[in-house]
Amino acid sequence: MTYRRKWAQSALVALAALLAAGTAPAPAQQPAAPPQPIKIGIVTFLTGPAAAPFGVPGRNAAEVLIEALNKGKVPAPYNKVGIGGAKIEVKYVDEAGATANTVTEYRNLVQRDKMDVVLGYVSSGNCLAIAPVADELKTLTVFDVCGTPRIFEEKPRKYIFRVNPTATMDNVAAAHYVLRKIKNLRLYSGINQNYAWGQDSWRDFKLALGVLAPKAKSDKVLFPKLFSGEYGAEISTLLTSKSQVIHSSFFDGDLEAFIYQSTARGLPKRIPIIFTTGETSIFRLAKTITEGTMIGARGPHAMLAHETALTKWFRQVYSDRFSQLPVYPSYHMAQSLFGLKAAWEKAQAKKGGARPTTDEVIAAFEGLEFPTPSTTVRMLNGKGHQGVTDTAYGTFHYNKKTRQPELVDVVYYPAGCVNPPPDVDSVTWIKGGMKGAKCK
Amino acid sequence: MLLTAFAIFTDGLVYAAYLFVVAIGLTLIFGVMKILNVAHGSFYAFGAYGAAIAVGLYFNQGWPAAGGFLLMLLVAMVIGLVLGLIIERGLLRLVYGKDEIVVVLVTYAAFLILEDVIILLWGTNSYALYQPLVIGGNVEVSSLILSGYDIGLVVFAAALALLVTWALKRTRYGRLLTVVIFDRETAAAFGINVTVVYTVTFVLGAMLGALGGAVMAPKISVTLGIGVEVIVLAFAVVAIGGMGSIEGALVGALIVGLCRAAAVHLVPQLELFVIYVVMALVLVVRPYGLFTRAQPRKI
Amino acid sequence: MWTRTNVLGLLAFVALEIAAPALPAWLVSLATIAFANALVVLGLVILWRAGLVPFGQALFYATGAYAVALLGRYTGIRDVFLLLAIAAVASGCVAFLVGFLLARYREIFFAMLSLALSMILYGVLVKTETLGSTDGFHVEAATFFGHTPQEGGRELAMFWLVVAISALAAFLVSLYFRTVAGALAVPVRDNEIRIEFLGLSVDRLIHFKLVLAGTLAGVGGALAAFSVGHVDPNMSYWTTSGGFVFVTILAGAGSVAAAFVASFLFELIRSIAVDILPGTWQIFLGSVLLLTILFLPEGLGSLATRFKRRGQAKAP
Repeated sequence: MTYRRKWAQSALVALAALLAAGTAPAPAQQPAAPPQPIKIGIVTFLTGPAAAPFGVPGRNAAEVLIEALNKGKVPAPYNKVGIGGAKIEVKYVDEAGATANTVTEYRNLVQRDKMDVVLGYVSSGNCLAIAPVADELKTLTVFDVCGTPRIFEEKPRKYIFRVNPTATMDNVAAAHYVLRKIKNLRLYSGINQNYAWGQDSWRDFKLALGVLAPKAKSDKVLFPKLFSGEYGAEISTLLTSKSQVIHSSFFDGDLEAFIYQSTARGLPKRIPIIFTTGETSIFRLAKTITEGTMIGARGPHAMLAHETALTKWFRQVYSDRFSQLPVYPSYHMAQSLFGLKAAWEKAQAKKGGARPTTDEVIAAFEGLEFPTPSTTVRMLNGKGHQGVTDTAYGTFHYNKKTRQPELVDVVYYPAGCVNPPPDVDSVTWIKGGMKGAKCK
Repeated sequence: MLLTAFAIFTDGLVYAAYLFVVAIGLTLIFGVMKILNVAHGSFYAFGAYGAAIAVGLYFNQGWPAAGGFLLMLLVAMVIGLVLGLIIERGLLRLVYGKDEIVVVLVTYAAFLILEDVIILLWGTNSYALYQPLVIGGNVEVSSLILSGYDIGLVVFAAALALLVTWALKRTRYGRLLTVVIFDRETAAAFGINVTVVYTVTFVLGAMLGALGGAVMAPKISVTLGIGVEVIVLAFAVVAIGGMGSIEGALVGALIVGLCRAAAVHLVPQLELFVIYVVMALVLVVRPYGLFTRAQPRKI
Repeated sequence: MWTRTNVLGLLAFVALEIAAPALPAWLVSLATIAFANALVVLGLVILWRAGLVPFGQALFYATGAYAVALLGRYTGIRDVFLLLAIAAVASGCVAFLVGFLLARYREIFFAMLSLALSMILYGVLVKTETLGSTDGFHVEAATFFGHTPQEGGRELAMFWLVVAISALAAFLVSLYFRTVAGALAVPVRDNEIRIEFLGLSVDRLIHFKLVLAGTLAGVGGALAAFSVGHVDPNMSYWTTSGGFVFVTILAGAGSVAAAFVASFLFELIRSIAVDILPGTWQIFLGSVLLLTILFLPEGLGSLATRFKRRGQAKAP
């Protein structure tokens, strides 16, 4: 190896470093009179199998909302322009990739792009990895879709907020709803994806049934691989079971494949299925879903939303732009954005109209209660950082007259019924008999 | 008990049919060209998208069912032809003769690019083709209900296996391919135009890959990322069966299909591993797969 | 030992260490992960020289990462050097055991068996709910000689550590390449049987190289675990291995330094792609790989070799 070669290589490294430093965007010039824009980085799946069910509906909702907000066209109480009068500048980043890449991109958003807030994250693994980094970089971060209770149950977080309730709510409510529809439940089965989301969903459902219907037993407990797409063997296993209900937390791609394949073989006619996140497929699979299938939406969203002016407006503005109705991930994004706005504006008001610091927004966000297109959110758990809402389940019915799918026999479960009380972790709460649950 | 055994058998067959249709194109390409084609996953995905969209449109018009199935085959062949030609003539031609691993990486690069091309062509939405499933109907066996489409799939896979085996053994061109699989250099020495053989093989393999996607489309939700899963499965089946062996792909698919069905019914916890454990076990006993001829060591 | 190359390499690393506080923070974090991954690539280069490309290095990477993560979670061990040493030993042992099987295979079957083993580990990790399944879990902050770096200092400390270890690894590996065993890699690739006629066991040689590569990958995984602060089963998935092979091709088998340069450039290019092409960055990466293979088949290392050749030609 010669001197020249080594030199060339070291030069390459130095050049690369210089280039990289040079490509870092220069700090934005501050406009003199209008308030400094608020920069939000939104991270969600723009590619890969999670894009269609979560990433794109979420991103669409963000686009349409931020545009309306910047024009001040959102109904009260969100009619102020942007956030507190300052326009929102948004940057979308793809969540796809390894955890190391996600963390790198988070750091890029905060340290290179100087974002004020980072919002998003669908994958629970990413949320868990980002949480300590957000605290390290002291950046306000709002988790959007990820459902693991571990975020706040493992340790308190100062800079993280999650407006949308955890998956525990979905599965405890599912247990309640199942018991309402099926009297004298003795045997039940489950088919969930073989990863944290599926495993946690089944665990919470099973534990909740253990409390509410101690005589019921689980029969076939199936965990096919995530994105497997082929469920022949699982469906056969379920067909030969004498279960009275099947629980599934499948979402979009796998959900639809399972619905097609199981319907073709008559499974849902024989054993009713409850899909905790089935809402996204109601319209697309309207002609396939069997009557009597129980459907949840991870909260009172879409068809299950409490109708307010805000609900109607959101639905209108979204379907005008995208020619389809918003699904629950879109409502999740709306909740996160409105929560952020409400907290920021509260902090700003407290300061007499001046731009609040991150700490001031955090203080305002904690314990906040605010309306959204679906329902009212209260930041009750996780020391005021974790939102709780009510939820609902319904039963699928195809209305032959209107030729539209509907959810009938809808039951709403109050927040205090299906969410753990503040500062008790979900598994302990369910195992302990769900003390303090207020279900009336 | 008997019912469970029967269920395992039928489920194993259906899954094996799926694996076989997916893997056959890959083993053919590897046998003839010694290339492990990572872009095979893209052929599968494109076939699925093509079928879901074109055949979906067809059925929506309410035209006769038989035509729909024919269209599925046609779409797969066209897609395989176009994609296969683009990749083989446009890309692989540039790297023939280079290190084996370099060629694999070229196909990997092609795969990455094609994944995003799907987004550009068809967006991030998912597509569905459910009519064939409905048309297939049901067959009841005691308390077990089998899907007619699944049964059709098994028959189709068996027919495909017979067809390809016959074509390789009885037709002139098939025997040319077999010779090239055996020994490329000798084949060239005998005047066989190996370049043309390569192109034809790759295009055939692409068509078979696309066909796999097309016939699976009615069962799954056609969305981004379906190619990724399939690649590893196809590789495993081909590694078990032996590269380039059609019988090997068949036997490999059957072994994996039955083991996996047994796992789902009896020991669900193992389902995730089954295919890799089988692959590891087979490779330990038969390092080149089950059905390869002894490789003479070249000194 | 103090060749011109090594001295210059050392100077380059020292320059990096000194420059670190002046560089933008995001670049430092990016470089930290890039260099941790470069260690895995270094191991791959060792094997590629012998004509073998495992598609399952993620097995050792994940082993190293989970080793330090588990120790942090279940024991009180926090010292970063001790943890790294344990990770190295752990992944080295795994490589040693696995090597008995793997060293007997070549070419595609070597690659596929290696992939199968890494996917088995993946399956085990996903099934283990106590370790969070696919969500993984947090890696406790490490201490440096008993001192815990505070907040902003942590990134810098990790960077210094990773660069130091990279320098050490680069040095040791280039030493290895100068030994008989290291130099035998190319003949092994070309014609194994003749090496065996010389009385050497090729399987043993490859076994040793596997242990080296596995240890390097384990240390890389451990460093990545510290840097990211989180481990998850995806670290053992085949696409992770694929990423390492990708960088190895970018780097080329010829040079040790190229592994680090290529890894850094790859991380940088990836970040830029995600930044400017949020929906289609995979096309960009695929194209980069393709162009590299077509126009720079020997990798980045060959660029420097071309300079060298031109230089030599000019000399009278």
